[in-house]
Amino acid sequence: MASAASDTARFGPSRSTGEAIFQAACLGAATMLLVTLGGVVVSLAIGGWPAFAEFGLGFLTSSEWNPVTEVYGAAGPIVGTLITAFLALVMALPLALGVAVFLVEFCPRTIAQPVAIAVELLAGIPSIVYGMWGLFVLAPWFAEHVQLPLIMEAEPGSWQESLFSGIPNGANIFTASVILAIMILPYMAAVFRELFMTVPAQLREAAYGLGCTPFEVVRSVIIPYVRRGVVGVVMLGLGRALGETMAVTFIIGNAHGFPDSIFASGSTIASTIANEFAEATSDMHSAALVALGLVLFFITFGVLAIARALLGGQKY
Amino acid sequence: MDRALYRRLSNYLFVALTAIATLIALTALILILWSLLTKGLGGIDAKIFTMTQPAPGSEGGLSNAIMGSIMMCGMGLLIAVVVGVLAGTWLSEYGGSTPYGAAVRFLNDVLLSAPSILIGLFVYEIMVRPFHGFSAIAGAVALAIIAMPIVTRTTEDILSLQPSALREAGMALGASRAFVIRKVVWKSARAGLITGALLGFARISGETAPLLFTALGNQFFSVDPTQPMASLPTTIFQFALSAYEDWQRLAWVGALLIAVAVLSINIIGRVVAREARR
Repeated sequence: MASAASDTARFGPSRSTGEAIFQAACLGAATMLLVTLGGVVVSLAIGGWPAFAEFGLGFLTSSEWNPVTEVYGAAGPIVGTLITAFLALVMALPLALGVAVFLVEFCPRTIAQPVAIAVELLAGIPSIVYGMWGLFVLAPWFAEHVQLPLIMEAEPGSWQESLFSGIPNGANIFTASVILAIMILPYMAAVFRELFMTVPAQLREAAYGLGCTPFEVVRSVIIPYVRRGVVGVVMLGLGRALGETMAVTFIIGNAHGFPDSIFASGSTIASTIANEFAEATSDMHSAALVALGLVLFFITFGVLAIARALLGGQKY
Repeated sequence: MDRALYRRLSNYLFVALTAIATLIALTALILILWSLLTKGLGGIDAKIFTMTQPAPGSEGGLSNAIMGSIMMCGMGLLIAVVVGVLAGTWLSEYGGSTPYGAAVRFLNDVLLSAPSILIGLFVYEIMVRPFHGFSAIAGAVALAIIAMPIVTRTTEDILSLQPSALREAGMALGASRAFVIRKVVWKSARAGLITGALLGFARISGETAPLLFTALGNQFFSVDPTQPMASLPTTIFQFALSAYEDWQRLAWVGALLIAVAVLSINIIGRVVAREARR
């Protein structure tokens, strides 16, 4: 018992129980993460159940969203979410790849380091800042310099007219996608850069040794080496764009139903919830919004799970 | 065309394109920071920090929102650090290699980038609806859930970087595993743990969506955690979308404050992390 007593003096109360308590606390904390994620699904499913019970599958396919007549269909916001996220990705992906390749391969180190840090810091700027910029700077500029001229040019009845029609106030699907793209750009560039740096120097040197140009090294050695990771980062960016709320809510115009053109007002799942949830008066209205949340959860969960599986142990 | 010439030209073109991409990206981001500075800087004065938010047309500041943000982020971070450090410790020191550990790690990474508005809905369902009222505590819990995965991730990363000789030496002296972890491993990883907390704090200080229907917002000064509480992001949201020009000006000031706060916390986090690697 003497040794046990000295243990107590030096290492706190009874070793084995202290050890067990600490380990249990750690396990409990880890389990809490799982419980939280599970709780999100369960609570959204329970909260949204009345809407699914009332409208059935029609909830996903109908685009009528009318709090007055209590008819809710989620197709408008779902389509809006997918379109904005996809457009944002199309704009941000080539730029993010370009930035990462330039910083890792071509840029002089003295410039590359500060630029890389700047890009990473910008990835942390809260989305509400991007949203405000979109609302007060991008939207007015876009309406005056792009939207109006395009509408004026378009001949009545032509395909341009149906593509560009809409109220020329700059708050539309397209500008929302631009803001989303600007927002996910630094994030994707930072992860791409991290990814490209994992390519072993020997591979690069071997390719240069064979006489490859830098372009050929990037195209035939580096990109193939990190292929899986690139797809993972794309999915990660997509996941961000799909779930992004504030940047979009400011600028998308918040109209329900299917957007008529890319310059028409629309809505995303997240923007609809952000706009209406605190003011939803009827139970069915809140239930429909929570059900929308569940739909968003499944879309993003799928995308993010694929991203994580492809990225493996990568950070971010 | 000559093949060597073609290869050289396509290479130049490619390098030029990546440089242009970098220029475009930097230009867009500089434009945003520029608007933030020009529209926000002029509005900063002592009133911002001493007066509560005004009615349209009268004088006022953002003191209630600043206070609310600090309180809710502080409470949220506290919860997140306790849970996150313990969970990260479990992943790194105990069960990280088990199937359960792999599942926790995977789902933590998913939670890391889950849309924050869904976290808001979740906390609304478990805390606001049952108790029939928006509260600062609910806001803090929502923020904690967002910061938790970040702290967990950085804790696991930094702990697994600690040399195992450290643990072995402690155990060889007869200390228990828990003791070694708390007094030796945590201590040597201290700077990294602080970085994780700072990253979490930077992330939640700009979060808006999860606060909209948990803490709701409050136009008066309040420090009561059971009542609705103002925060910078929700006040910015309300003011920016209003039709009043003085409210919009305050929104820009608030946005500038948040951006500066987030940037400086991130920079401090980086400096601490660099010290940690030394």
